[in-house]
Amino acid sequence: MLKMRTLFNTYKNKSMKIHEYQAKEILRKYNVSVPNGILVSKKSEAAKAARKIGTKVVVVKAQIHAGGRGKGGGVKLAKSPKEAEKHAGNIIGMTLVTPQTGPEGRLVKKVLIEEGMSIAKELYMGILVDRQTSQILIMASEAGGMDIEEVAAETPEKIFKEAVDPVIGVQPFLARKIAFSLNIKGAALKAIIPFIINLYDAFVKEDCSMLEINPLVITSDDRVLALDAKVDIDDNALYRHKDTQDCRDLDEEDPLEVEASKFHLNYIKLDGNIGCMVNGAGLAMGTMDIIKLSGGEPANFLDVGGGADEEMIENGFRIILSDPAVKGIFINIFGGILRCDILARGVVAATKKLKIKIPVVVRMEGTNMEEGHQILKDSGLNFSIGHGMKDGAQKVVKAIK
Amino acid sequence: MSILVDEKTRLITQGITGREGMFHTEQSMKYGTRVVGGVTPGKGGQKVLGNIPVFNTVKDAVTSTKANATMIFVPPPFASDAILEAADAGIALIICITEGIPVGDMVNVYKYLQSTGSRLVGPNCPGVISPGKAKIGIMPAHIHKKGNVGIISRSGTLTYEAVGQLTSLGIGQSTCVGIGGDPIIGSRFIDILGLFQKDRGTKAICMIGEIGGTAEDEAAYYIKKHVTKPVVGFIAGQTAPPGRRMGHAGAIISGGQGTAEEKMKVMKRCGIKVVKSPADLGKTIQKAL
Repeated sequence: MLKMRTLFNTYKNKSMKIHEYQAKEILRKYNVSVPNGILVSKKSEAAKAARKIGTKVVVVKAQIHAGGRGKGGGVKLAKSPKEAEKHAGNIIGMTLVTPQTGPEGRLVKKVLIEEGMSIAKELYMGILVDRQTSQILIMASEAGGMDIEEVAAETPEKIFKEAVDPVIGVQPFLARKIAFSLNIKGAALKAIIPFIINLYDAFVKEDCSMLEINPLVITSDDRVLALDAKVDIDDNALYRHKDTQDCRDLDEEDPLEVEASKFHLNYIKLDGNIGCMVNGAGLAMGTMDIIKLSGGEPANFLDVGGGADEEMIENGFRIILSDPAVKGIFINIFGGILRCDILARGVVAATKKLKIKIPVVVRMEGTNMEEGHQILKDSGLNFSIGHGMKDGAQKVVKAIK
Repeated sequence: MSILVDEKTRLITQGITGREGMFHTEQSMKYGTRVVGGVTPGKGGQKVLGNIPVFNTVKDAVTSTKANATMIFVPPPFASDAILEAADAGIALIICITEGIPVGDMVNVYKYLQSTGSRLVGPNCPGVISPGKAKIGIMPAHIHKKGNVGIISRSGTLTYEAVGQLTSLGIGQSTCVGIGGDPIIGSRFIDILGLFQKDRGTKAICMIGEIGGTAEDEAAYYIKKHVTKPVVGFIAGQTAPPGRRMGHAGAIISGGQGTAEEKMKVMKRCGIKVVKSPADLGKTIQKAL
């Protein structure tokens, strides 16, 4: 279930997910109000944290990347420090299954203990880069705290969208426009204007690819706070955010995908048995498509990119083969920047080094193709050559049957 | 005929002294592209690749060489600045090959470009080639053949795949445009479709899309309304496992899932000949001609 999303993200919108407590730390830096909270990784610390926060009610929230935590029992109200400790004990160490984690769930290592508050109104606010208009868009809705996707599908008129001109950013007038569309009045209106301006500021300065506050709450004493926060950071901009880089939690990611990312390979594990190594995300997806049309099932998506060298190809092989389901490998390369001779050398070296016994079908075309074919031939190894991607796909499907 | 680039295009390379910039400039020259200069700040005054002058600024390059197109190989942290510099210097066609530019930078670039007369292709794209005339980008030249099929694609290597199939069937291309796969790109399908429709040298159009976003749907409706030439289309990622959407906010904006199935349905409805297998692109275009 998670894979489609990862696939989208990997090849288009690479972004790093961070935990709620990390997102709130970032928001605090930009003076976006968030509830007082203390991060706890042991049950024994929970009561003390609850006492320190000092409100009558505290909330104990599991820290995993997936949403829908409340539905899976990962968010609990506690009316005393003792109860907070009990909840923390139950949640830390549990495998939390939510509609977004898939059936395997996620192990909870930490909980965030936060002040409870009396909520008058729950709103939704999201900021993202809209591909269609190439602008940053602020979305807001009075239908906060709910599944916003359902709101969008059933009552799209309840979602307001405002594009932001990057030259002027969010000016007070725009923030007011959003606030009035959310029917906010009185003291809360005064508070939400800087909230929206600062939220946009955080989005831009921290290079977020998405920022979602759901719910954004107005308390009965007219405070405006981000009760929850979901922040994705643009991978391409991480080089200028050294602090944020440390927020990456590798335990939340697929170990093979983490391994692949160390070598700048885009790898996504799938459920089939034909390993694929392709250059370019589009061709990689097209290769998956043609394997399936030929009667096979791809075991992975792997884009070695344009600048792959021998070492990268060897690592790609290793990662493909660490999936025990793989019964055959299809290499489909159309050389542009990536030259076929370099690819062939990498394939030969890796096949020898890793003592690959399963069938390997190589289809390559483009820059230095003849040289590449010659290298494969001269290696004395038993590669089968695909003439065109259809032929290659059919050969690998046949080879594993 | 062709669109965007031809034998009259006067090209400079930004980042010409870098490894990739130098290699691909040389490849473009070998193909016959009229390369008139290059830019690397701080290396102005040098000559590379025989007699190609290097300038410190794009403005200097334009003043000295009357360049009207640039190919950008500048690393991602500096690439958006390179695009802005080219637009500021009045370069008409900016082709940005660089992959990995922060999307936040591109938001500003896109806005600025609206106020200039420059057209941006890319970033994160293979470039543009008008076979037999000029090649600006990183595509393997020898697979192309001069002819009358126009190609537009979000994916680099899938473009090569389509070109390779056409050429092996003896069908040439008028111009092949890789528009790039990033969330914010300078030229979208519809911008290029309009040019192909107007180009008398283009008889059929091949459009290659991918899952995610709504650019293909937008293109399909545009084709229905404005394009009279036959269009063959393919969407990569049909077999990507079904699952949840890109993330709440993204899904709301796109108003749908951006799946291959949905896109193909819209494209078919708008009169595009949609192929299921990427291996059938060549043959289908052959029939459409």
